[in-house]
Amino acid sequence: MEETLKPVLQANKLVKRYGRVTAMDQADFELYPGEILAVIGDNGAGKSTMVKSLCGAVVPDDGQILLDGQPVQFATPIDARDKGIEIVYQNLALSPALSIADNLFLGRELFRGGVLGKTFRMLDKKRMKAFARDKLTELGLLTIQNIDQLVETLSGGQRQGVAVARAAAFATKFVIMDEPTAALGVKESRRVLDLIKDVQARGMAIVLISHNMPHVFEVADRIHIHRLGKRHAVVRADEISMSDAVAIMTGALEPPSEIARPEGATLH
Amino acid sequence: MTDQSGPNGDGRPKRGMQDFEKVLDQSATDVASFQDRDRSLVGSVQHILHANPTLVPVIVLMVSVLVFGVIANNFFTPFNISLIIQQVTIIGILGVAQTLIILTAGIDLSVAAIMVLSSVVMGKLAVNFGIPAPIAILIGFAVGALCGAINGFLVTRLRLPPFIVTLGTWSIFFALNLWYSESQSIRSQDIDATAPMLKWFGERIDILGFQFTTGSFLMLFLFALFWYLLNWTPWGRHVYAVGDDAEAAGLSGIRVNRVLTSVYVIGGFLCAIAAWAAIGRVGSVSPQSFQEGNLDSITAVVIGGCSLFGGRGSIIGTLIGALIVGVFRSGLNLSGVDVLWQDFAVGLLIIIAVAIDQWLRKVSG
Repeated sequence: MEETLKPVLQANKLVKRYGRVTAMDQADFELYPGEILAVIGDNGAGKSTMVKSLCGAVVPDDGQILLDGQPVQFATPIDARDKGIEIVYQNLALSPALSIADNLFLGRELFRGGVLGKTFRMLDKKRMKAFARDKLTELGLLTIQNIDQLVETLSGGQRQGVAVARAAAFATKFVIMDEPTAALGVKESRRVLDLIKDVQARGMAIVLISHNMPHVFEVADRIHIHRLGKRHAVVRADEISMSDAVAIMTGALEPPSEIARPEGATLH
Repeated sequence: MTDQSGPNGDGRPKRGMQDFEKVLDQSATDVASFQDRDRSLVGSVQHILHANPTLVPVIVLMVSVLVFGVIANNFFTPFNISLIIQQVTIIGILGVAQTLIILTAGIDLSVAAIMVLSSVVMGKLAVNFGIPAPIAILIGFAVGALCGAINGFLVTRLRLPPFIVTLGTWSIFFALNLWYSESQSIRSQDIDATAPMLKWFGERIDILGFQFTTGSFLMLFLFALFWYLLNWTPWGRHVYAVGDDAEAAGLSGIRVNRVLTSVYVIGGFLCAIAAWAAIGRVGSVSPQSFQEGNLDSITAVVIGGCSLFGGRGSIIGTLIGALIVGVFRSGLNLSGVDVLWQDFAVGLLIIIAVAIDQWLRKVSG
């Protein structure tokens, strides 16, 4: 039997209307296991609406989403999270006054065993800290002892690191990163890009939304170009120049006729 | 695609490091390590206090106890110490409720109004209508929780600012209290005759010459209970997260409105527990009592180091804060200082506490 690569997530003909405005017009989308897929598009092209509909933040009016081939419907981001999809938000969604460990487990805390956990709902802080320390160490983010450090005492890049580590630790399907380098300086952006590649090296598929073309071209395998509410083109990042990608995005250049896919890839 | 020329004209699109990033070659390669920066002395103090927000009130309490112990006669007598603890019992319990709400970046101006309304309901049902005391107390609890639920509903569903909501409900609950009680107090003798259980938290326990009331132990128990809930359960962590940044908490999967509602309902319930303790402490039920309790509870929380901006502070700080107010009032009283200067001192404490909070918040970033 021949091994074929199938999308971890496939969306067919998604539609979303806001009143008379069609934000998403029969948009298709595919993400394959282990790849970094960048999503680019001009402001107002509807890429944000599409990505939000993949993680439950927007419920599409029409269309189909297949997660590992199974049709799914996400009413909230929590539904998507329960299915193994993690999001790194642009504004990070971390609580500054809580510790790194608390933040990692916010909304999915671990309990002590036995009566303490069941009846008294007691947190297992030891286990949560050990897990947090492991995950941050795996990604080269930690010089041990400081897992109790409050997030507000971290720099922007360090906070982004915690947010990425949280997503990587809990995602089983893929991670969506929304403008992960937008608020960072040159040096910190570089570190976060390295971190994104580290996460990919551990076998995780990543959807990267970014306006920063150099960053997109540095880490992405394929680039999904969104235009006028639908998928306009998908290109391989190593087969196209940055200026051509921008030209396609703005409509100045005709898109290639074929959708670029990893070798041996098919659809569901 | 035919045009393949990259920025260098080498026919390949540029991949990897950008030119302007070349300088980073020699820079540290760890992605984002978390080592402490060097700090000046003031910076270190700021950092330590920031990490331990209860430290300031603890120091203030110890210093004020020592100072008043030296300058005020009879300050260190068992009688006086017991009296201070008895005096802070009611404000302490209201302070537990107030702490929960302030941690969520809210404020509750109606805590004492809820308490008095609940105590009037308990007293009137038990004494005037002859309903068995335990049932009257339970109904009083329900009234307190309902008042809290109304506050919570207005804050979460109608999205009104907590300050405005509770400013309104303060008046409303107080008016209901006057209407239901017909502005009549319930006398101590009548309670003793029909429902002595209402005064249970006023009973005294002698320990080594100190006269504690059962109400004092109730207060300490509630502080211990809510310390546990806030620090060792997911609910407690969520209360902090919601107060810190509600949007971030929501994106992390916390049901923000549910947490907020629970805080206001539990707050109202705690006010009703304070109502029961207050009947024991005062001996009678008066619809006009504890009018200063709303602001006194806020004072205890603020002096205890909780941030009015939410997400920061500890419930033990509130206990310390309430004790500081008690110690100041008692100490100044025993030193023969006029009552007006007690108010002056408490006002000063509030301003200093908030100034310290503002200074500590600058640690971030």
